[in-house]
Amino acid sequence: MNEHYIAVAGARPGTNTVRHTVGVVLWWIAACLISVMTVAPLLWTLATSFKPAGEILRNALSFIPQSPTFSNYVQAFTTVPFARYFVNTLIVAFGGVVCNLFLGSMAGYALAKLEFRGRHAVFMVYLASMMIPSIVTMIPTFLVLRHMPLVGGNDITGDGGMGLINTYWAVILPGAAGAFAVFFMKQFFESIPDELGEAARVDGASEFQIFLRIYLPLARSGLAVLGLLTFQSGWNNFLWPLIVLNDPDMMTVQVGLAGFTNNYSTDYGPLMAGTVVTMLPVLLLFLFSQRWIVQGIAHTGGK
Amino acid sequence: MTAINEEGPDKDLPTKRRPLVTPKTHHGPASATMPSSRIGYSGCNGLLKHQRRAAWLFLAVPGLFFIVFTAVPFVVALAVSLTDYSIVEAPKWLGLQNYAEIVHDPYFWTAIRNTVYYTALFVPLGLIVSLGTALLLNRNTAVAKVFRTFFYIPVVSSSVATATIWYWVLNPQKGLLNAVLGWFGIHGPAWLYDSHWAMIAIVIMNVWAGFGTNMIIFLGGLQGVPNNLREAARLDGANAFQIFWHVVVPSISPTLFLVTTQLIIGAFQVFDQAYILTKGGPGNSTVTIVYYIYDRGFGALRMGYASALSFVLFAIIFVFSLINMRITNREAS
Repeated sequence: MNEHYIAVAGARPGTNTVRHTVGVVLWWIAACLISVMTVAPLLWTLATSFKPAGEILRNALSFIPQSPTFSNYVQAFTTVPFARYFVNTLIVAFGGVVCNLFLGSMAGYALAKLEFRGRHAVFMVYLASMMIPSIVTMIPTFLVLRHMPLVGGNDITGDGGMGLINTYWAVILPGAAGAFAVFFMKQFFESIPDELGEAARVDGASEFQIFLRIYLPLARSGLAVLGLLTFQSGWNNFLWPLIVLNDPDMMTVQVGLAGFTNNYSTDYGPLMAGTVVTMLPVLLLFLFSQRWIVQGIAHTGGK
Repeated sequence: MTAINEEGPDKDLPTKRRPLVTPKTHHGPASATMPSSRIGYSGCNGLLKHQRRAAWLFLAVPGLFFIVFTAVPFVVALAVSLTDYSIVEAPKWLGLQNYAEIVHDPYFWTAIRNTVYYTALFVPLGLIVSLGTALLLNRNTAVAKVFRTFFYIPVVSSSVATATIWYWVLNPQKGLLNAVLGWFGIHGPAWLYDSHWAMIAIVIMNVWAGFGTNMIIFLGGLQGVPNNLREAARLDGANAFQIFWHVVVPSISPTLFLVTTQLIIGAFQVFDQAYILTKGGPGNSTVTIVYYIYDRGFGALRMGYASALSFVLFAIIFVFSLINMRITNREAS
């Protein structure tokens, strides 16, 4: 067990028991204190969401509601169409997951396992593109979507209508083959031996069969991690849906919650209820899959 | 960029074997994939040609997406930045006039000052908190794993949820933070309503919300610190700080570089909380660069000017990335 010496490096178990005990106690105090700082705001939010309006003002600090009520949730769902936002967000988040898993693994596979001239260059272009701040391409991407030919009332030259603006596609497509997904899957495919594909290649299997039958099944755990991370970022995405979705019926939970903050900024109860509802799916997903998520982050060194 | 490959040497994943050429050097990510294992096939032209064709087929759709939603927008942004364009009217050519205007725009300099202030607070604090918590939890026990979950939980909350939660926590009269400060006899400030404290409040919020990710990255990096080195240093009488500084830091310097670069790049793009909570106020104290770009582009519909601003931001981020890369390369060689 190397449990001891990290807390008080220098004090070896047995050589200096007092110092060692102090170290262990300090470790527990620090760990508990930080846990309180990270978890308490969330528990307080949860507590507030169940307090009636009067109690929020009278008894703001308590973590246990005296007379718990669901009225904040009812009010949140009736003043803001959260149910509708939920469906919208699920669609764009899942759409993003499907596209990124499919396209990210295709490109990642080609960059990891297939030999062709320009492979290094293609990869460098992907890496470099990760350095471009998203705000740079935001306005032109908006214009590209708006002028997409032959959709949303546009003619062949891309004029006349709103294009893909105000559709789910406007949120899904720009991030459908994200550089992160390509990078992540490339890293993952590189960790699978080349020999498997080479054997099949000699046996006359086509490249697509090798990808689909041999490598993709072996990449299941990588796909799962990428899917979880993509879902989380899709669910939590704020600025882009805010820009491309103007129709109230199309909004996502994050945009809806932000609007709620602006319009009902003093109604803390319903506001906190809305926050809880918005966080719940990702929180549950995290609690059930945290080991994979943690591995995925440690593996690629990025979110 | 070179640091990324150094990160997790695939040990957490179901690896049958590592890539033949493990990326131990700083030659860039691609060196890891040099096909030394396939030399036997290099004479086999038919197979290679076949692979080449397949590769471009695999890349066709992702490549199309890259062109339509990254490459084209990047070039268009550059072109739009040279025009006066409001979406409803056709663009008017201005040349470099937008860029000249930026230099004399007092709001731009306010945004720069605010963003630099934010970055100067956020990056060191984020680094200290994430590395500190990683060192604290760098032990292989069940208890440490439970605490890891607690520490990581804020990452799950979106920027909007973080903002609404902290909006309540930071409430000057009823908020949790000022109540806790009150126990220690400190009269807490009005936070989001005070131009001196609003940006600091956003820094605290974002460190709280984001440090968990970097903590996990550091935990991955700390696994690579050789235990015998640590042990040897201890036997030589080094204290905890000396071990940290002379053994741990050099071993995790690629991770340190990666996290610092990402923190800086992220800090310069801070937007969400400033938009949701303060709308740039009070007294423009939280107008950040991205907030100002958003305001010019989608508020005032000055797409050309906003694009020019975004390229100034790009230049800033690019320079920081280059400086960081140069420093790391020098350390490596």
